[in-house]
This record gives sequence, structure tokens and C-alpha cells, in this order.
Amino acid sequence: MEKIIEKFDVPYLQILDENGNCDEKLKPSISLEMIKKIYSLLILTRIFDEKALSLQRQGRIGTFPPIKGEEACQIASAILMENGDMAFPAFREHGVYITRDLPIEMLFQYWGGDERGMKIPEKVSVFTVSIPVGTHILHATGMAMGFKFQKKKNITLTYFGEGATSEGDFHEAMNFAGEFKVPVIFICQNNQYAISTPVREQTASQTVAQKAIAYGFPGIRVDGNDIFAVYKATQLAIQRARAGKGPTLIECFTYRLGDHTTSDDAKKYRGDVELKEWEKKDPIIRFEKYLTSKKILNQKEIASEKNKATKKIEESVKRYEKIQPENSEEIFKYTYASMTEELNEQLEQFKKEVI
Amino acid sequence: MQLNIIEAINLALKQEMRKDKSVILIGEDIGEDGGVFRVTDGLAKIYGNERVIDSPLSESGIIGTSIGMALTGLKPVAEIQFEGFIFPAIDQLINHASRIRNRSRGRFNCHLVVRCPIGGGIKALEHHSDSPESYFIHTPGLKVVIPSSPYEAKGLLISAIRDPDPVIFFEPKKIYRAIKEEVPEEEYTIPLGKAKIVHEGSDLTMISYGSAIKTCKEIVETASESIELIDLRTLSPLDTDTIIASVKKTGKVVIVHEAQKTLGFGAEIIARINEKAFFSLQAPIERVTGYDIIVPLPKSEQYYHINKSRIINAVKKVMSNAI
Repeated sequence: MEKIIEKFDVPYLQILDENGNCDEKLKPSISLEMIKKIYSLLILTRIFDEKALSLQRQGRIGTFPPIKGEEACQIASAILMENGDMAFPAFREHGVYITRDLPIEMLFQYWGGDERGMKIPEKVSVFTVSIPVGTHILHATGMAMGFKFQKKKNITLTYFGEGATSEGDFHEAMNFAGEFKVPVIFICQNNQYAISTPVREQTASQTVAQKAIAYGFPGIRVDGNDIFAVYKATQLAIQRARAGKGPTLIECFTYRLGDHTTSDDAKKYRGDVELKEWEKKDPIIRFEKYLTSKKILNQKEIASEKNKATKKIEESVKRYEKIQPENSEEIFKYTYASMTEELNEQLEQFKKEVI
Repeated sequence: MQLNIIEAINLALKQEMRKDKSVILIGEDIGEDGGVFRVTDGLAKIYGNERVIDSPLSESGIIGTSIGMALTGLKPVAEIQFEGFIFPAIDQLINHASRIRNRSRGRFNCHLVVRCPIGGGIKALEHHSDSPESYFIHTPGLKVVIPSSPYEAKGLLISAIRDPDPVIFFEPKKIYRAIKEEVPEEEYTIPLGKAKIVHEGSDLTMISYGSAIKTCKEIVETASESIELIDLRTLSPLDTDTIIASVKKTGKVVIVHEAQKTLGFGAEIIARINEKAFFSLQAPIERVTGYDIIVPLPKSEQYYHINKSRIINAVKKVMSNAI
């Protein structure tokens, strides 16, 4: 006997096209207030990014991974989190931190090389930056397992790139999530490059979204530069998760408009034509077209929004640069809950030798 | 009650789970099957499969999700089936579990125990007879414990479960069932980071841990020399004071461990003695360790392992070298 025993579809969602045209039939239920809030966060994040790059060039912060182009994926999803939920970012998720209201000077502080920038305030429900690619995805699944076993209604979100989907921990996290049917939402920002490696050299899968099917839960590809598509897919995924229906994988198809980090030069591996093409698809440009055509905001209000954001960022830079260096002894103190005898001894020696 | 190590650990887990609802277990085959060594036998029946979680076959998954569960306030005790299979999870342990407290300047911590059998002597397959403790001891932020008997296993495991930092709890499988001793029914703790003087002596200090303690004990109890035997119990953090006090008294040292010699834990002990008690030494320190080879399969495994005669020879050598 020979027959097809399974067949699958991979859905794609775009609501706001690159010219700002909105498919009203598909538009999510979203308040005007929320639309404006998302716009403010997009602008704030973009200006933060520009400022961080300029601070890095001046040696005022260290190596920095720019977010430009990927703001919609992060802001339109993280905005939907509720109290007690938790996001697990990789390292380019400045938009998630800003959306969840981490004081912006703490981002400068962390990227300026000070661990205290990741002493996340209690009210900010985002975990620390995770540098090793893909490893944090398991923490999101694990926390969702914890929520489920403790009968809590909370969910977790985790952000990673398409490069991370080649890592074993991505597989293990997806597999555990499917098997235990836990409330986690996997948000893959497919920006098409893992440093220099294009997605076509990363995997033979046509989409990242379809990988979810193998783990027994839905996957969807959305236009990652489309606020409404990201918002709607996340909204549905969160509803599913809170209803005990398990995880969802959302592939946000996007493009990294900047370099991988300030130590990278993307011109070495990708052409100008491609970059120009994607600059036209910028999530902010199309959203502004939409906002003005729908008369939600006028040019004056947009300009004032940008001024407000610039001022906010400048103030946070001032606060950042006023932060006193950490007492050098602190580098010993968080290795364990309490100092071991050996560490106390090394600290005493350190005080004699270094301070 | 007379218990072996497996029964003592089972009792410790059962009592800690009863006492603290946030203690949960996760691992491969630990539920209905009770684990391949039956350490968790019966616990799923008492506490259900949401507290005794049979996981997919996925070591990085077990540790990575345990880290996430710990962030909700749970206290996972994860089982890795054999030490040779802990390596897929070493990334999670070294890059995350050990660093979360430091990285967040104390905002988050990782309240986690990883239980894992260790060592050879049970005629097992490749990857089932290794002693990889040094990799973990070398990692700041992790604690490493290796008990040497049922009484020690229960008290140390309870301390590990209550410790707010990640603890790797290696269980010497050679003595899982080989020692039966009196273990109190009620809960008790043995503090982490404190060594134990198993046998007092004045001629020579013998330092060891884990399954080798049983062999060492048999030697020191019948030796003509007066040997002080120290069971380190916790390798990280190390109880340097107990070692140094003993070395200052005896001036002669033999270190015994099953792990390979190069960068084995003996090297660290010698370095600390060098720093703190060099002028008390009367003879060069001897190490009795595994050789720097892959642990052979069962037909030749015995050639790798430490044995009584190697230890006795080392004692004689140090005694005769003493100035």
C-alpha cells in the first residue's frame, strides 16, 4: 500500500503592504491608542538605535548589534504581554526591552560594558540578554513548563534569528514545547542573514514556519515589517497559549538594515541593490504612510513624536553617563549567593594587588 | 535504617518533595521506570507526573528547561542518565546556569540540582565509566558535590536541593549499592563546602572523594602508619582549611582520585598545599589517579582504575621519601 498520510499548509500573513495599504478585512482588533503607542515605541527604538551606533563610534559604549529594520517584529509582539508573562530575548531585542519599559539608560549601561544594566527591575518582564545563539530558547520553554505545572495562566515569548534554528537547542526547545504543550510563543526574526550566512545556506527548508509542523504545533510566516501582521499573529498565538492549546512559531520575515554588530561590515557579503530594496520596505515608513493616510497622525504630530523621542533618548544618555563605575569588588560578589572562602581570599589579594 | 546510596538519595528526594512543593524532578525514564538505576523509584506514584517529569531524550533540553522552570520559583532536580551524556548539556550549565546570577547582578538566580551518576567499575559500555568532574569544578558559579556513602549522600543532597545556586551532584555508581549503612529516617543536612575527616591520623594525610573513599578507608583502617583520611565531599567550593590543617600536622600527602591525572582535582589540591603549607611538607606529594587515557571497555577496565596496591605503594613512597 502506498498513500499520503500527512499533508500540511504553511500560512503567510501580510496586512499592511510596503506602500502602507491596509487589508481592512485582515486587520486585527486594535485600538487607536494602541496604534499610537506602537508608533511611539517604533520611533523611540529607531532613535535609540541611531544614538547607540553613534555612541559606539565615539567609544562611549562598546560593541553593539543594531536593530534597524526589525523593530516591528519586536514591538508589535512584546506589546501584547501581560503581567507575569516573560520574554526571553537574544541580543538584538532592544525593541522588546524598550516596549516592556526597561529604563533606556540601562541598555546603554549594558552595551557600555556594565553588568548592572541587566539587573532587570522587577516590573520589567524581560530576561537578560543571551549571547550564545539559540540557547535561551530552552529557558522560555522551561519557564512555560513551570507556568503550566503551577497552573498559572502566564505565557512566555522568545526571540531568535533564523540562524538559531540550525542550533540543537532550537530543536530541543520546540520538541519539549510541543510534547508538554506549554504556553510559549517562538518568534523567529528571519532577517535573512546570520552575520554573513544567507538563509538559503542556513537550511533547505523553504520557510522557518514549517519547522513547527514537525513538533506538532502551528507555524506561520508573517511580513515582519508589518505591524498589523505581527500583532495579529502574536495575538492569536497568545490566545491559544493562554487557553492551554500550546505553543506557536511565528516567523517574522524581515531584513537587518544595519550590520550584524558594530564590528561587522555587511557590504562585504551583501549588495547595495538588495539593501535599497529592503529600505523601501522599512516597517516605520509604511506605518507612517498608513497613519497619515488614515489621518491618525499628521506630519506635524509625527515630527513632534520624533522630537519627543530624541529628547527622551538624550536624557537617558545623560543619565547613563552620570552612572558611577561599579565598585570593582562587585565582580566577585555575584558568582554565588554568598562568597566562598576561596573567593574571599582572592578578593583580599585583589584589593592588595589591583585597587 | 540500613540503606544503600540509591535508597538514601530516594529518601532524600521523597522527603524534600514532601516538605517543599517547589521541588520537582525531571529526567529521562525517571517516572514510571524510576530511572535506570531506580534512584527515583516510586516517586512518580506519590507526586504525579507534573512533579516527576519524564522528559524527551534530550540532555540540553532537560537542563535548559530546568533553568527556565527555576526562574518561575521551582527547584528542579534534573537527572542526567550517565556522565558521558552530560556534554550536550554542558553549554547550558557553563554558559547559563552558572552565570545567571552574575549576569543579572543578583536579580535572577538558578536554583537547580543536576544529579548524575559518575565513574566506572560497573562493567558498562563506552561513555558509562568516566569521571568528568574537573570540567565543572573549573566553572565559576557551579558547585560540585560527590558523596562517598549513603549517610553522606542523603545529607549532602538535601543541602544541594536547598542551595540557591546550581549544584552538580555526582553519584559514584560503583558504590550505588556496594555500601549499606545506618541512615537516619529524619531529614538532616551536611553543609556544602565542608570536608570530613573520616579517619584521624598523624603520619600522613590521604585526600580523596567519591567511590575511592571506600578503598582508602579499607587501607587506613589496617595500615601500620597513622593515616588521616579526608573525604572532600564538596569539590567546589573546596574546604582548603581542613586540608591545610591536616598537612601541617602530618607533613606527608597522598591524593587519590579515579579521574585522569592531568588537571585532575589532585593538581589543584597540590597547588593549594604549595601556597599554604609548602614548608610543612616532608616529602613530595604523590597522586594515585586514573591514567591519561580513555577509560577502557570492561575487559581492560581494571587496568585503568586505582586499586589498593597502587595506593599502598604511594603511601610507602611518601613515607620513605620523608626527610
